[in-house]
Amino acid sequence: MNVVESIERSVIQTEDLQFYYNTHHALKNINLKFEEKKITALIGPSGCGKSTFLRTMNRMNDLIPGVRTEGAIWIGNENITEPSIDPVELRKKVGMVFQHASVFPFSIYENIAYGPRTHGERNKKVLDEIVEENLRAAALWDEVKDHLDHPATGLSGGQQQRLTIARTLATKPEILLMDEPTSALDPISTAKVEDLIRTLKERYTIIIVTHNMQQAARISDFTAFFLNGEVKEYGQTATLFTNPLFSETKDYIAGKFG
Amino acid sequence: MMAKTIKEIEHTLYRKNSKMRTERFGKSLTFLAVVLTAAITAAILFLVFSKGLSTFIMNDGSVKDFFTGTTWNPAEVNSLGKPIIGALPFIVGSLAITGISALIAGPLAIGAAIFMSEIAPNAGKRIMQPVIELLVGIPSVVYGFIGLSVVVPFLRDLFPGSGFGIAAGTIVLSVMILPTVTSLALDAIQSVPRSLREASLALGSTRWQMICKVVLKTAKPGLLMAIIFGMARAFGEALAVQMVIGNASVIPHSLFEPASTITSILTMGMGYTVMGQVENNALWSLALILLLMSLFFTIIVRMIGKGKSA
Repeated sequence: MNVVESIERSVIQTEDLQFYYNTHHALKNINLKFEEKKITALIGPSGCGKSTFLRTMNRMNDLIPGVRTEGAIWIGNENITEPSIDPVELRKKVGMVFQHASVFPFSIYENIAYGPRTHGERNKKVLDEIVEENLRAAALWDEVKDHLDHPATGLSGGQQQRLTIARTLATKPEILLMDEPTSALDPISTAKVEDLIRTLKERYTIIIVTHNMQQAARISDFTAFFLNGEVKEYGQTATLFTNPLFSETKDYIAGKFG
Repeated sequence: MMAKTIKEIEHTLYRKNSKMRTERFGKSLTFLAVVLTAAITAAILFLVFSKGLSTFIMNDGSVKDFFTGTTWNPAEVNSLGKPIIGALPFIVGSLAITGISALIAGPLAIGAAIFMSEIAPNAGKRIMQPVIELLVGIPSVVYGFIGLSVVVPFLRDLFPGSGFGIAAGTIVLSVMILPTVTSLALDAIQSVPRSLREASLALGSTRWQMICKVVLKTAKPGLLMAIIFGMARAFGEALAVQMVIGNASVIPHSLFEPASTITSILTMGMGYTVMGQVENNALWSLALILLLMSLFFTIIVRMIGKGKSA
């Protein structure tokens, strides 16, 4: 495996990470470093472990019975696989956007305010500000500012996905995990979400799982190619896409298997 | 050439064959079933309405007396020559017993449903679900009998009075509707998509915050529906209530005094009246109230259902 030497300011680093669903060894020896305020794309065929890997980083896999994690994931100075780490606190720092826009069946305002509220923010004025700021950050403010009290389920698919991004930003994370955020969207909505992700790079470290090779090439700085639970190749996106080291990487990017 | 092909296709499409005959047979059979069901429902509605209203039309009963009077003696007439048909004690009894049962069973059922769905799904599925299904199947007379031999003596020892009354009826009914409400509430809670739960946790909420603020809030229409279904069942239940409520046709001043409900008066009285007489018609009026109430519950449930899908 080829870890890019240029990564110096890594905020996330995994160390011999193993992950098991009961007896199934889903992640094998993952050693990755993620650079601060860059976008890293995780690509690979279905079932290769990229979503599982993403979900180990905010401990969402804890919800599944019969799973086991070995090795370490360092975020800053903390190994977040330690049982002493409170997943609730971790998830405030490591936000996640899902494949299907999972807006709550509440109003647009309540969706954004949900995170801050659960973290104890009660002040209406502060909440108003948080809602506006994050809707602006998600490039949704102009479209919804006049009907913040409308149900969020009435928005279009693309708007809903940007809303869930705004909702995640409202919890003030440092790292954003995105699990195929545009796979259910039409091309125009996809373009808008991609633009948004690119602007978010200035403030957040982003790791995105995608099945869309062009998307990975368009938006990411680094790309990790997963195959059968292992990282087959990892490097700068430009290099990996134009000059892959392994024939499997080349074949996958070219669409020979998926 | 083209025209000919279409004609040939038409020919095969319109030709009568055995498949079409089966299709038509099936269609008419199911249609017959629908017509029969509708006809029976319409007949019942007509009977209850015509009989129930004849108290007021044929026997000169006063609607105002019916809803506000406190004395029930349909065989006699009052000073104005109108039958004495004050049904207020029964209406109050029915409403009180239904309301209090819902207040007791609702929170318990929702709590049990949360436990089964969120806290211990394995134990819930393996142990609680079969138990609840079993409880749903217990006949109401058994509940009534247990109420009579356990609840009534228990209340008699603790509180003044005979033990019969609204309190005993409420306890029996709460236990009786609990399994139904629980399994409906469980359906409502389980139908909240997993993605919403994950989204909530991913935003850094605790499991308890997720349950209160996302699961229960999203499932609210379904939970309301569950409670109203329970209320409809409680309102219509006759046998078990009749066995423990004491059957005194007065408005009780406490929960531990004998009272009666619409259903208990109906079951007690129907054997002793003759069709067409005012005593009998007055019972039909009570039946009409029951029917309208169940219609009311159904409409509320439908309205909630509509709001949910919108």
